[in-house]
Amino acid sequence: MVTAAEKENIKVIVFQLMDKEYAIPVNHVQGIEKMMHITRVPRTEKFVRGVINLRGVVTPIVDLRERFGLPPVEDTESVRIIIVQLDDIEVGFVVDSANDVIDIPVNSIEPQPEVVGVKEEAFISGVSKIGNRLLIMLHLDKVLNLSE
Amino acid sequence: MEMNQQYLDMFIEESKEHLQNCSDLLLDLEKNPGDLSIVNEIFRSAHTLKGMAATMGFEDLADLTHKMENVLDAIRNEKITVDSNLLDVVFESVDHLEAMITDIANGGDGKRDVSGIVSKLKDIEAGKSIPSSTPTEQEVAADVAVEETAPGRYLIYDEYDITVLKQSKEQGFNTYEISVSLRPDCLLKAARVFMVFQVLEKSGEVIKSFPTVEKLEEEQFDQNFQVAFITKDSPEEIKKKISKVSEIENVVVVPLTDAMVKEASKEEIASKEQQQKELEKSSPVPKQEKKEVAAKKDSSASKQIAHSKTIRVSIERLDILMNLFEELVIDRGRLQSIAADVKQSELTETVERMSRTMGDLQNIVLTMRMIPIETVFNRFPKMVRSLSRELNKKIRLEIIGAETELDRTVIDEIGDPLVHLIRNSVDHGIESPEARRAKGKPEEGSVTLRAYHSGNYVFIEIEDDGAGINKEKVLRKAIERGIVSKEAALTLTDKQINELIFESGFSTADKITDVSGRGVGLDVVKTTIQSLGGSISIESQQDVGSKFSIQLPLTLSIISVMLVEIEKEIYAIPLSSIIETSIIKKSDILNAHNQKVIDFRGKVVPLIYLDEVFEVPRSEACDDEYQSVVIVRKGDKMAGLVVDSFIGQQEIVLKSLGNYLKNIFAISGATILGNGQVALIIDINALMK
Repeated sequence: MVTAAEKENIKVIVFQLMDKEYAIPVNHVQGIEKMMHITRVPRTEKFVRGVINLRGVVTPIVDLRERFGLPPVEDTESVRIIIVQLDDIEVGFVVDSANDVIDIPVNSIEPQPEVVGVKEEAFISGVSKIGNRLLIMLHLDKVLNLSE
Repeated sequence: MEMNQQYLDMFIEESKEHLQNCSDLLLDLEKNPGDLSIVNEIFRSAHTLKGMAATMGFEDLADLTHKMENVLDAIRNEKITVDSNLLDVVFESVDHLEAMITDIANGGDGKRDVSGIVSKLKDIEAGKSIPSSTPTEQEVAADVAVEETAPGRYLIYDEYDITVLKQSKEQGFNTYEISVSLRPDCLLKAARVFMVFQVLEKSGEVIKSFPTVEKLEEEQFDQNFQVAFITKDSPEEIKKKISKVSEIENVVVVPLTDAMVKEASKEEIASKEQQQKELEKSSPVPKQEKKEVAAKKDSSASKQIAHSKTIRVSIERLDILMNLFEELVIDRGRLQSIAADVKQSELTETVERMSRTMGDLQNIVLTMRMIPIETVFNRFPKMVRSLSRELNKKIRLEIIGAETELDRTVIDEIGDPLVHLIRNSVDHGIESPEARRAKGKPEEGSVTLRAYHSGNYVFIEIEDDGAGINKEKVLRKAIERGIVSKEAALTLTDKQINELIFESGFSTADKITDVSGRGVGLDVVKTTIQSLGGSISIESQQDVGSKFSIQLPLTLSIISVMLVEIEKEIYAIPLSSIIETSIIKKSDILNAHNQKVIDFRGKVVPLIYLDEVFEVPRSEACDDEYQSVVIVRKGDKMAGLVVDSFIGQQEIVLKSLGNYLKNIFAISGATILGNGQVALIIDINALMK
């Protein structure tokens, strides 16, 4: 028997950082871009890589590895910029790769386990287990909050 | 009514103009209370307004205007004399009227409780004996223009018309030819014609008109038009009814006889047609004469006529045009850099020519967005007047350069800061008449509002001859509020002390008044002006007066910059703050108190190393013998910005960094270069603080 709650799915964009998979609801995602020239903006937080020209709009870029305190790597071919919009803020996230778009049932999202214990913990709103994949749901408000 | 809807916009616009005209003239009248010609003009404006309001069905508006008109009429007939108290009430009525129009413009019904002001107006009117005969509209019209002789007849009747006329007569109807002349300064001719037709159609039938109805609707006629009319009313009644419509100068009603119809039929048609054509051709000439007459009679009317060669374009369309043009500017930059790489002479030439054309285009696009600052200034005379009465001060406001044009975006923002500064001058600046007398100044204080262009900037100055800034008081307050420390206070220059009043949480007014002095003002003014890319400064001398100067950029969207390179990064420096560029020898750099300086034309100029300020990552330490320096200025301070190399001058489109990155040190915005990359624009003001 399938209940109504189980039928409710949300569409998410799945991307990878190191060996973990993360998810952002697709309604916050404006697009996925290949790596392009980033202009450094001086005297900003280290995780702000700079700004890009996104079809005539100057868009700030946040390096999620840096934001989550993960070790930096050289940009590879698979690196993508995910353009995210939250309220009146438009920002690009640099991620190792953007894998796919999937539907996940809302009730599969569980609060985060408390043992993650790394810096990124603060940015996680929950986890979802789909088959043998563990998707980490991002808390966009906190990721974008400059004061943290 | 559908037609009403169509004219509503025009009605609102026109009413606003008339009200503005009324308040301007009222201010004039206050200065010259004996000048009855001003009263006449106000009366005329009010009267037109009343007529329009009544036609559009805004009863409250018409009613209040009517009461105001009665008072004006009494003044005109020298039944009441003009004094400030009386003008206060009239001004108040104008305020109410303005509020009603605003309400109508916002989709309201223009209703408003005006019983208070109506009774005040009645009191004034009744205080002195009311003139026994209120003038009718005809008399007003007669005031305006000399009675004209009936113009020639131009109506032509075909057989059908003649049959209709005959049958009507047989059925006991009267037939008339009516010639109506509009006032030469009538703006909504088509609307007036429509109103006349509406009046006529209530009591009869229009069978013919010259010019044709189509032409009348398109305003393709001079001041006169004629209609053939069938009715049971008497000529007097018709005349009276038509005269009720405003802005009608003259109405002539002639009974249509068989002879007249005959004369205007077949045989005469040819010559009449000829006459018609001639009339149409020659119409500009009499129009011209009329214009001159109108100009003499009413200066505001001539101003309106001068504006008539314009079209209204919605602001959104202009914004779209501007955005598209900005895209073009970016592509131009791209083309220029491609042409420079390819080095093909034909391409280079074409790109150069295109750049020149685009330069002209840019000027036009930018000037299209410019509007005179008058639109902001014209509300100040009334404001100053009411403030000075509220505060019991005597103040004369002088406005210079109201025709100075500014970008619309700047105009939208500049109103509030100016209101604040003027309130400030009136409240804190100008002293009470007693204090002024004691200081040996004339009782009447003066506030001057001045606007002018200079280079790529517009300057707005607010100058008063009031008390000036009391430096001791400012310092004491600043120390009290913890804005400066006692030690630092001793080292401040006079100018720096003056600037303290722009700090937040600062107010020196001894008593808090309604007008200003809540201590939230001047820092907001400063922030607003800075957000527009401008600056504000103050000069003040105690007991002599103060002058606030605002410097604003002409436009906010496209600026000229110098592009410079530091390592691999490109930055843009606004050309407006650059004095010159120069290459200096390393040996010419001197050390003064840990600050590297150079001798620039006899002046000691500190050096700012941009690679250090912007923490540019260096691949290797640069150790050239020569260094490129951009000499910039902020006010009368100068500095040398050390860069790796100069790229060149370019027009760029200013872009914001978005809502995520705010308050970045020394960066005012970004732009997109020809190669599609983003370059940051350096904020010289922040850099030299």
